[in-house]
Amino acid sequence: MKVLLSWLREFVPDIGDDHAMLGDVLSGLGLNVEEVSLVGVIPDGVVLGRVVALRPHPNADKMQLVDVEDGSGGDVLQVCCGAFNMAVGDLIPLARVGTVMPNGMQVRRAQLRGQVSNGMCCSEAELGLGSDADGIMILDRKIIGEAELGMSLEQALGVKPDVLWDLEVNPNRPDAMCVMGVARDLAAKFDLAFEPPVWSPEATAESAADVASVKISDPTLCGRFSVRLLRNVTVGESPSWLADRLTALGMRPINNIVDISNYVMLESGQPSHAFDLACIPDGRLQIRRAAAGERLVTLDGAERVLAEGDGVITDSRDRILSIAGVMGGASTEISSSTTDVLLEMAWWDPPSISRTVKRLNLSSEAATRFRRGTDWGENVDRCFNRFAQLAAESGVTLAAGTVEAWGDLPDRTPVRVRPSRINGLLGTELEASDMSKHLRSIGFGVSENEGGTVTGDGNALDYKGSGDLRVAIPTWRWDVTTETDISEEVARLHGYENIGRTVVVSSKAGGLSPYQKDRRLVRDVLAGAGCDEIQPMPFVSVEMFKLLRQHGDAISVTNPVDAEEPFLRTSLLLGHLKAVAYNQRHFNGDVRFFEIGHVYLPPLEGQLLPDEREYLAVTLAGEEAPAAVAVLDLLVEAFDLCAAELSVSSLNCELQQIQAIRSDQSNGDDATVRQRLGGLHPTRCAEVVLNDRVVGVVGEADPAVLEACGVEGRMAWLELDLIQVLDPKRTRSLYRPVSKYPPSDVDLAFVVPDTVNAAQVERALLEAASFLLTDLQLFDVYRGAGIEERSRSLTYRLRFQALDHTLTDAEVAEARQACIDGVARRTGGKLRA
Amino acid sequence: MDAHTERAVADVSAFVEAVTETRKYLAKVSDPDRIDAAESELLGRKSLLVLARRQLGNLPSDIRKQAGRRVNEARDRLQQAVDEARSRVKAELRVQSYETDRLDLTERLISQRQRRGSLHLITQARDHLEDIFVGMGFTVAEGPEVESAWYNYEALNIPEWHPARGSFDTLFVDLGEPEEVMLRSHNSPVQIRTMEACEPPIYIVAPGRAFRRDTADATHLPTFNQIEGLVVDHDITMADLAGTVDEFVKAFFGREVDCRLRPSHFPFTEPSAEFDVSRPDGSWLELGGCGMVHPDVLRNCEVDPEVWQGFAFGFGIDRLVAIRYQLEDIRELANSDVRFLRQFQHPVREVLL
Repeated sequence: MKVLLSWLREFVPDIGDDHAMLGDVLSGLGLNVEEVSLVGVIPDGVVLGRVVALRPHPNADKMQLVDVEDGSGGDVLQVCCGAFNMAVGDLIPLARVGTVMPNGMQVRRAQLRGQVSNGMCCSEAELGLGSDADGIMILDRKIIGEAELGMSLEQALGVKPDVLWDLEVNPNRPDAMCVMGVARDLAAKFDLAFEPPVWSPEATAESAADVASVKISDPTLCGRFSVRLLRNVTVGESPSWLADRLTALGMRPINNIVDISNYVMLESGQPSHAFDLACIPDGRLQIRRAAAGERLVTLDGAERVLAEGDGVITDSRDRILSIAGVMGGASTEISSSTTDVLLEMAWWDPPSISRTVKRLNLSSEAATRFRRGTDWGENVDRCFNRFAQLAAESGVTLAAGTVEAWGDLPDRTPVRVRPSRINGLLGTELEASDMSKHLRSIGFGVSENEGGTVTGDGNALDYKGSGDLRVAIPTWRWDVTTETDISEEVARLHGYENIGRTVVVSSKAGGLSPYQKDRRLVRDVLAGAGCDEIQPMPFVSVEMFKLLRQHGDAISVTNPVDAEEPFLRTSLLLGHLKAVAYNQRHFNGDVRFFEIGHVYLPPLEGQLLPDEREYLAVTLAGEEAPAAVAVLDLLVEAFDLCAAELSVSSLNCELQQIQAIRSDQSNGDDATVRQRLGGLHPTRCAEVVLNDRVVGVVGEADPAVLEACGVEGRMAWLELDLIQVLDPKRTRSLYRPVSKYPPSDVDLAFVVPDTVNAAQVERALLEAASFLLTDLQLFDVYRGAGIEERSRSLTYRLRFQALDHTLTDAEVAEARQACIDGVARRTGGKLRA
Repeated sequence: MDAHTERAVADVSAFVEAVTETRKYLAKVSDPDRIDAAESELLGRKSLLVLARRQLGNLPSDIRKQAGRRVNEARDRLQQAVDEARSRVKAELRVQSYETDRLDLTERLISQRQRRGSLHLITQARDHLEDIFVGMGFTVAEGPEVESAWYNYEALNIPEWHPARGSFDTLFVDLGEPEEVMLRSHNSPVQIRTMEACEPPIYIVAPGRAFRRDTADATHLPTFNQIEGLVVDHDITMADLAGTVDEFVKAFFGREVDCRLRPSHFPFTEPSAEFDVSRPDGSWLELGGCGMVHPDVLRNCEVDPEVWQGFAFGFGIDRLVAIRYQLEDIRELANSDVRFLRQFQHPVREVLL
């Protein structure tokens, strides 16, 4: 919402012209200044000049030499100029040597490529008069009249300096969507009187009621619908002062009637619509809601298909003339032949207008105001009068009487306001009288709860006590309905800067949850392991999902930012593949990444929202699967994921190697497994199982997927469901006594077929060994001479130790034999000869 | 003096003289084997010492005692010389070994290099913010990123027709009825979830990711990070809001930074405000929004607004990061470029405005 200082001062003359201070006041009132510009300020030294000759610059193609007559009677001035839009005889703005331009540059006598330049020919933009920077401003005799050469441009154009603010008006300030509303706020802040002006154009003897009639069929749509009749209309251009103001505020002048309609809306906030009476012979207008599928060609020439509930204005034959509060129809648009106009002003139900705007994706200056709630009170009549008064200048006459109909208007029963409650909310110690004063200053009526009368003029009552107030809300504040709404007005006028500052003190200690603390530790562990944290986007393309064979599970975005990437990720893998490929393209192949982020799995049975989980992923580019397992082991250690009752480290968190590709491709289980491990190397991946629950996968990315994503080399991968891994209910190790007796280390090498996983051998060892086993480590894997085909030798170091005595040879031998037997029984592994 | 006696005296003297000679020799020797040989020759089993001691018995008693003393003193002197020579030679060898041990520590092979990874800038800023509020007695609440219209809008007093809805540029998800499920457009749903789940008093901050339908460019990303705060307690006022925001600003940006509130509008708070922070050049930088929790929002969570009052605030973490590092293109935050990520190994401790 743009406003001009000069326009504001028509309503509050005494606010001065200190634009910096006024800008702060406006922001402090909640009308935040987004942009401020000084307009119409022409620098001293810019005068009216005339082009007397144009010559090529001998040493430059992009400049020409312009001889300018400046009215001083002396020699013509040679100016080097980079623009070519002038002709001999044109009147132009000439900045004399010494002029300081709005951008701070001083015009000097200069040699440009060997030619003297005695000044500067100026464009609109260079003078701050407009946005046209393409050529020199050519001045029109019609505008500058009889101005003589050498006259200052400011005088020649008759412009006055002004300030243009672009204000951010929040949805709860319908009143501030016009110059007068902003003026009301300023007057309140400066403690100045504010009275809207009274315009009283004379009406003719003709009665509008004889020509027009109106009917509201749906009172929930329209609270007030008023029409006046204008005769003797001549559609033409607007006077320049009016057109200039519209232009300054960002509206394009169209014709005098439309321009006045816009002018009144900008000034007083009430949109209006002019119907050509010739198109509505019986003068009857009706308001109803549309049925689905009705159509209208709007002013902009587009055909709109309406939905059920959209508000429309129709004629007596039920033809739709206009979309209520949003845009008029083309059929009744005024034209150069229009002589009589039905001028309509209304109050529309804001939610109804909002719905139509959203459904049609069509907005307008009028709709922007109606959906916030316009003023249905005397402002409507004032706006009719203002319209007629402005139109009278072009000979338009106003018929007597307003033809109007009424629907449901907002409840304006005065609101009970407890001053103690307002102080309790704001942390202030305002007197009730202070609150009254603030509220009255913006047109709210205030009275004591008992015995008082509700007054709008702000003078009637004096408050000494702290009893309840009854507050009457003005018709221009549709948004205000409750005590809390009123507290905001009090706070605004009291000034947010005058509210104190106290720091809250919680009665409970703050802190992070165990999960949040552990999550930070995960990050530190992984950073310590050389991984950089990344946070890629969670959107995934169709092709990628197909590649991972996970598309059946994916949730799609209805209106994705990028139509290529409509899916929400179900694994963090794709983001990492992209990240690795990106870095490899930039010659940084050796990357280690981790990420903690959400994935979105399909909703669980009976749920609306996705099964959303926080996953941890680790990528080691150029590494093979065991590197990822090593990172997993690091986390297992950091989080003590081995259960307390086991005396051997890390084995409660175990890996289940999955053969994702089996000979029987039609196997149903196989498809599930493949989906679960989508994107992973079929023979180099394992599920991570914690307390009998699968909590993630570890291994390598599928070479086929790597190739499709443009990743070179291998990529080790770990992905864990972090909430399950860091389950706060997981058992924590208690203290275990340390043995004072020497251990006995026993090395056992087993020859095991490749089809048997090492994890199975370890499990067999653990189950077979007695409680004397305190540590178990695989320390060698051997394939080759002496070992049968498709088998390998796994060498384990077992440590046996007792808490209370040194183990005897017999005890160690017995434990050793039990291990050998256990492995043979469970896995078929044979002790290596 | 008989021949025996003479012979004995000569042997004793020979020992003493040999000790004197050997000590000179030992002072220069640098081979540990030669020290051993000298020691063995003079003090060993078939040494001059053994011979001299044996001869002491052949001496007349009047000189035996004195001779015995001479032998013992000589032996002690030699032992001392041997010890000294040994430690000297050991020290010399140690010095030699240091030379052969010499390593150039500036030859740093990439294969030996241990890199520490980095935490993402958003994580660093988020941790810093969480710590400040934890210090003020807050806990950290989290919630889902895909939300229902109830949590994202309706419970927050944003009905279906509200103009504010359009301004969110929401990304909807194909679940439920059309526009019923969406990627949350702010972190405020966590406030609702917290109030539904917990009785007041409530002191929480909710950091996390939010979404909007923005094409990525230098200043926008479809995903961004916010932190919101919610306090619900008896007698919470707007002065508490102003003071708490101010204290956070000072803790985060520095004690010299000031903060101001300007009237604004959010459907879920009333009165509402934007808060700005002061920059060294005297200008103000808009940071976030805040306000007193709207009574309708409290009612939607079955919290009685006549008993409890609260405030809420929120702002963008990405924006803080962009300001702190004068980041010209925030797409870097999602690009995963190691040349970018590795610049920020050390966590944010101070924030420049």
